[in-house]
Amino acid sequence: MSDSQITVATSVHEEVRNPALLHHFATEQQQRDASSLGMWIFLGTEVMFFGGLFCAYLIYRLWYFGDFAAAAQTLNSWLGMTNTIVLICSSLTVVFAVYAAQHGKRTMLLASLALTLLFGLAFLGIKGMEYREKFENHHVPGASFSFVKTVPGHPDEMANPRHAEIYFALYFIMTGLHALHMIVGIGIFIWLLTMAWKGRLTPEYNTPMEIGGLYWHFVDIIWIYLFPLLYLIDLHK
Amino acid sequence: MSTAIAQPVERENYLNTQYGVGSWLLTTDHKRIALLYLASITFFFFIGGFFALLIRLELLTPAGDLVQADTYNKLFTMHGQVMVFFFLIPSIPAVLGNFLVPMMIGAKDLAFPRINLLSWYLYIIAGILMLHCILTGGVDTGWTFYTPFSTEYSNTKVIEAGLAIFISGFSSILTGLNFIVTIHRMRAPGMTWTRLPLFIWAHYATSIIQILGTPVIAITLVLVVAERALHLGIFDPKLGGDPLLFQHLFWFYSHPAVYIMILPSMGVVSEVIACFSRKRIFGYSFVALSSIAIAVFGFLVWAHHMFVAGISVYAALIFSLLSYSVAVPSAVKVFNWTATLYKGSIHYEAPMLYAFGFLGLFTIGGLTGLFLAALGIDVHVTDTYFVVAHFHYIMVGGALMGYLGGMHFWWPKITGKLYPEGWARLAALIVFVGFNLTFFPQFILGYLGMPRRYFDYSHMPEFQVLNVLSTAGATILGIGYLLPMIYFLWSMRYGKPAPDNPWNAAGLEWQTQSPPKTFNFDEEPVVTWEAYNYDEIDKAHPEEVHVVG
Repeated sequence: MSDSQITVATSVHEEVRNPALLHHFATEQQQRDASSLGMWIFLGTEVMFFGGLFCAYLIYRLWYFGDFAAAAQTLNSWLGMTNTIVLICSSLTVVFAVYAAQHGKRTMLLASLALTLLFGLAFLGIKGMEYREKFENHHVPGASFSFVKTVPGHPDEMANPRHAEIYFALYFIMTGLHALHMIVGIGIFIWLLTMAWKGRLTPEYNTPMEIGGLYWHFVDIIWIYLFPLLYLIDLHK
Repeated sequence: MSTAIAQPVERENYLNTQYGVGSWLLTTDHKRIALLYLASITFFFFIGGFFALLIRLELLTPAGDLVQADTYNKLFTMHGQVMVFFFLIPSIPAVLGNFLVPMMIGAKDLAFPRINLLSWYLYIIAGILMLHCILTGGVDTGWTFYTPFSTEYSNTKVIEAGLAIFISGFSSILTGLNFIVTIHRMRAPGMTWTRLPLFIWAHYATSIIQILGTPVIAITLVLVVAERALHLGIFDPKLGGDPLLFQHLFWFYSHPAVYIMILPSMGVVSEVIACFSRKRIFGYSFVALSSIAIAVFGFLVWAHHMFVAGISVYAALIFSLLSYSVAVPSAVKVFNWTATLYKGSIHYEAPMLYAFGFLGLFTIGGLTGLFLAALGIDVHVTDTYFVVAHFHYIMVGGALMGYLGGMHFWWPKITGKLYPEGWARLAALIVFVGFNLTFFPQFILGYLGMPRRYFDYSHMPEFQVLNVLSTAGATILGIGYLLPMIYFLWSMRYGKPAPDNPWNAAGLEWQTQSPPKTFNFDEEPVVTWEAYNYDEIDKAHPEEVHVVG
């Protein structure tokens, strides 16, 4: 064995390497599997991250159900539902984007990514409108918070404003964190759009699209849970 | 070929391929990042140690004379926060794990080298924030941040400390994520799950806790910071919130966090005991799976920290029972290590002395943990020095002994230099004696009723003798920690060059050169043997069994 032999062997190996294949991976398959597993594990940590909040929410909702129901009635379920539909549509366009990247359909890829971005921005716009309405009605926890409303189904019982404040605190932290994730997602999709524009997402190499898509779907799923939990308390009354 | 055998002055390795500050701060090499972590956590270890020293000095006399109550509260708080979040949690995983996980499984690097560097930067940002918090007044909530004290009444820098720990949590999450993906996807051909070194199994279990537990304390700290900044009522009983909810969320992470500290040490001890007994580890699969079992059970026992906090008696009963169940996989490990020693050809090198220390101290720490899991006894000793002694036996006697043992064991591989064996054995002995003198009296103090977190015990002067013993022990312990730092630094310049495999140990990391090249292996290794094949190694090289000593 000699050093020159090793050098030759390495350089032959280098020639067939995809430039996107990082030095420490042996094969493209290995790199793809690692990236995908990494994203799944990251999503697992996100489940635990939001899980703490869901846990706190459920406990207080059990304790202060009437107050939470009263507070939830100040939300606009129609706006919430519109946003849910917007996000579901965005997940559909993400699926189209992944498909297009895998099959090398450039126009479809660019269009799907652009549509996803549009849906994401629409969601944030509607969310912003809802937040603004909360500020105007002094439903934001803090010094100026005020809440005068009866408990649904009990016209002679006033809701406890302290408990309603906990509802709104959790509402803002949960939807706020979700919105933060949406903003990060929009950043990722702008990056994907640039990659797609430069033709760097190909049927051979589209891992960024795949794991970016996983992230987007996850953020959607969080909203699918947030919507009924926060908006649809005691709707039948 | 011949030049390679003749030991050139300095072979190319990960330390000498590049020089300059930039080559370190922008490196993605897992070995260099491990050294970055080593320097950073050593710095924080001495800061945390400094606080410990002040605590022990204050307790030398019953009267509160050296510091006053407010300062004392800050001292034990920052001692805990710095030691837990900035030393123990990253200690073995981020230093030895970072260095060894890819090498042990035959990979060139971790799966995500840039994320690995990011995790160090997050740690540094968190560390700077923590230092700023310490230097501008500190925090006095206890490392546990209990509400509503932390959110309502404390007038110290709770928000800053909370954010620092929040950020360091993400550093820990990224390390765990990187390890899991690496262990799943980057193993060399033939490195099957049952051939993995137990160090890898231990880190796999640790990583599971890091990725599933850490996000929960992160969101809990977000809630504490939000509550303090905006006066929300999430944990404040005055506003309808529930302080017990905080404790549940806090301990859901912070109990498993103890296993983040101890499991990697168990991994180190498995490697060291097998090597210095020259034997295959006894009951490999039991030792491997008990790591996973500890990680899983660890998530089901958190409320044993809350037996006197007002949880329901039935919940307490179940948590007590589940806490006992953690003893089973822990005992499996201790018995298997002991069985490995049985009829082994035992060598008393410094790493082995630390492993012995670990065995004894962890056993005491673990068994006293059972006292605390028992409802009746726990009521008696809650918030006394008994608890303090118990968890220091686990965190210092267990985790830190393992860390030091591992640092000695792999030091020749990391630096390519041998440390002075005589001094190292002396230091191991000093640490052991100092540790026991510091913390054993605390068991007695606690059992007799001395509460923790008191700066003044002048109404119970009979406790002074034991406190003086403890402080004396802490001084000895301090010397025991300074010694390795001095001779490790000394050996980097003056130490004898280390052979590639000074212990004649099994494991892929010993088959590379010392220090390794940047990409660890010249060719991708192919594994055809099981871990700890010491019988075969010693049969093949009977004359090399005991090279250093």
